[in-house]
Amino acid sequence: MSKQITMTIDGVAVSVPDDYTIMQAADSAGIHIPRLCYHSKLSQFGACRICVVDVEGMKNYAPACSTQVKDGMILQTHSAGIRKARKVLIELLLNNHPRDCQVCGKSGECTLQEMAESFGVKSDEFSFEGERKTFETDRSSVAVRRDSEKCILCGKCVRVCSEIQGANVLTFSHRGFRANVVPAYNLGLGESVCTNCGQCINVCPTGALLEHDNTEEVWHAIHDPNKVVMVQIAPAVRVAIGEGFGNEPGKDMTYETVTALRMLGFDIVFDTQFSADLTIIEEGHEFIRRLTQKGKLPMITSCSPGWIKFCETFHPEFLENISTCKSPQQMMGAVIKTYYADKSGIYPAKIYSVSIMPCTAKKFEAARPEMNSSGYQDVDAVLTTRELIKMIKEAGIDFNRLKKSEFDHPLGESSGAAPIFGATGGVMEAALRTVYEVVTGKELAQIDFTDVRGLEGIREAVIPVNEIEVRVAVTYGLANVHKLLTEIEQGKRQYHFIEIMTCPGGCIGGGGQPYPAGEAEALDTSVYEKRAQGLYGIDERKVIRKSHLNPDITKIYQEFLKEPLGKVSHKLLHTHYHARHPKGVPARIKDTVNLFKAK
Amino acid sequence: METSVVPDIANVVEKWKDKKGNLIMILHEIQNQYGYVPREISFQLSKLLDVPLARIYEVLTFYNYFKLKPPGKYTVSVCMGTACYLKGAPELLEELHHILGIKEGETTKDGMFQLEIVRCLGCCGLAPVVKIGNKIYGGLKRSDIVNLLSQYSKEGAPVAQPV
Repeated sequence: MSKQITMTIDGVAVSVPDDYTIMQAADSAGIHIPRLCYHSKLSQFGACRICVVDVEGMKNYAPACSTQVKDGMILQTHSAGIRKARKVLIELLLNNHPRDCQVCGKSGECTLQEMAESFGVKSDEFSFEGERKTFETDRSSVAVRRDSEKCILCGKCVRVCSEIQGANVLTFSHRGFRANVVPAYNLGLGESVCTNCGQCINVCPTGALLEHDNTEEVWHAIHDPNKVVMVQIAPAVRVAIGEGFGNEPGKDMTYETVTALRMLGFDIVFDTQFSADLTIIEEGHEFIRRLTQKGKLPMITSCSPGWIKFCETFHPEFLENISTCKSPQQMMGAVIKTYYADKSGIYPAKIYSVSIMPCTAKKFEAARPEMNSSGYQDVDAVLTTRELIKMIKEAGIDFNRLKKSEFDHPLGESSGAAPIFGATGGVMEAALRTVYEVVTGKELAQIDFTDVRGLEGIREAVIPVNEIEVRVAVTYGLANVHKLLTEIEQGKRQYHFIEIMTCPGGCIGGGGQPYPAGEAEALDTSVYEKRAQGLYGIDERKVIRKSHLNPDITKIYQEFLKEPLGKVSHKLLHTHYHARHPKGVPARIKDTVNLFKAK
Repeated sequence: METSVVPDIANVVEKWKDKKGNLIMILHEIQNQYGYVPREISFQLSKLLDVPLARIYEVLTFYNYFKLKPPGKYTVSVCMGTACYLKGAPELLEELHHILGIKEGETTKDGMFQLEIVRCLGCCGLAPVVKIGNKIYGGLKRSDIVNLLSQYSKEGAPVAQPV
């Protein structure tokens, strides 16, 4: 057990547990010590040295992130010496940095830029003629762009990739001046085992990691008179987009966003929540079929494209467990270019289909070659929430003063089951609402499945559906996923149905969401909670809260799809996935490993 | 390649399996055996030891000792120690770059020569010094390099006598 100790930080008496670091003590007292490599949710690293403090009686300045507190400790966080040391550190970093802030995608949200400004680093006070590191920008991935010249080697991306996402894509290579952060064998991110989740972007303090920017091609399509540009918005976008304009996380700005999209020049605005309902119908029936006809169980959700690539790469043995349903983004894309194209008389080749997503992996999903069963690529371009915010700002739209407007029909209506897709546990809850009623034929008494809500890494529930006790699990963060799948393989856990989301908190914590403002940092659970509350609020305010009761869903089945899991659905709304290996790695490696095991 | 190397790695892994810090020891043994650490083997090690490939790559590139590519038949080491440097080693290196078409750390396409820079071979009196294979050549001028390399025929042993 830890004891309470008392210390003095900048003249303020602070009482904290004795196993705290100085950083934690200062944070708890509301004193913000500058930091680049430290993150409260990641392991200690102690590389950047920006967080040094002046501790009375200590010979050297102590790094606050990795120095434990002591009873009676007295320290200064901004003494004259400390201020000078920090300034020098920033100058040294800038000396080996491109200094092209005006044209950098991170400008205005870059920690390094902010620090240079706040520490008073002036270009006429330091100069440097030495060698600067040169690296090619890695543009091999359709989701994440990596510019190693802007990297300050803080290692947060390496740690988030390993500790939160368990994917271990990024690592340090070489050392000293040649040190760099790369995937194994210096492969491009697009050739590597990267899941495209984008969490590395969220924690990067500079512009070294950013999403692959698709705004130019979308502008181009908007300005092309021969294109009809259609757009869909994911649930998690609407409760986070406001943050880009100074609003609190979780504020529902759905209908302001619709207005902004029309002002930007999008011709038709649809809602991914419609296709979320559609996903529930298909996925719900698929689950019922697997459950009652001895299909492969547990069935695992397929909405999160980071998880899909993770499974293809690291757990191909579970590929058959994944629902064959396309994600809501892809379902919407397929339905726009078939059902809606027919209905509206717009030739599908003229349609340019854009989606606004909280996610970078959606860019990869949309580009998958198999996602074209209508004869056209389901989705032509994917923008993250951040990219849309940029477009709105460029167009000079005063977002907070916008009037609300409605989605277009017939792909704009949704039930309360749809918005919660954006929060971890939401897809499970939405599916259970429908599965229960379809199987039992009875109305669900308690519509809120609170057991599957929340932010715990792995959550479980048992739901009686007729005679079957349906065991479900919900998880997010690929490190949790890896743990769960391993324990299932070992027979330690058994389920019928599992929801897997790649990002912490689900889509609301996606790799394309706005960088947290003010005191909040990346991976901040308070931000996730507020965004999730926003989504559950939308659900509660809806009159219809179950996907199968959405009248437009009933209509699309009557007019077009005919029946769930039917012929048309099978062609347009379902897909399959395949095992994959990074470039330069033998495909049949598993065989050789087995050979060794047999020995 | 894939199947033929498996038993070797299996033995090495077996030997070090439960020992702490085993990755570096295993990589050492692999390099002793092959002269470098082949990528396929790194991948197999990653599976067998449950260590991410990225982590193995980190270790391999952190230590200068580990090689990621097959070594050339002859290692050409140019001494850039103080004495050799002053006596014109940079010129020799430039000439080697020019003739072999490779930079230090690289191997010629035909696999014959690998270029390295070393710090002092302990015979400063002969500066500037170049070592080819395990033979040392001293007192070299830029113009000597062509002849020196041509003495290493593709078939094998050097014709020239060491100084």
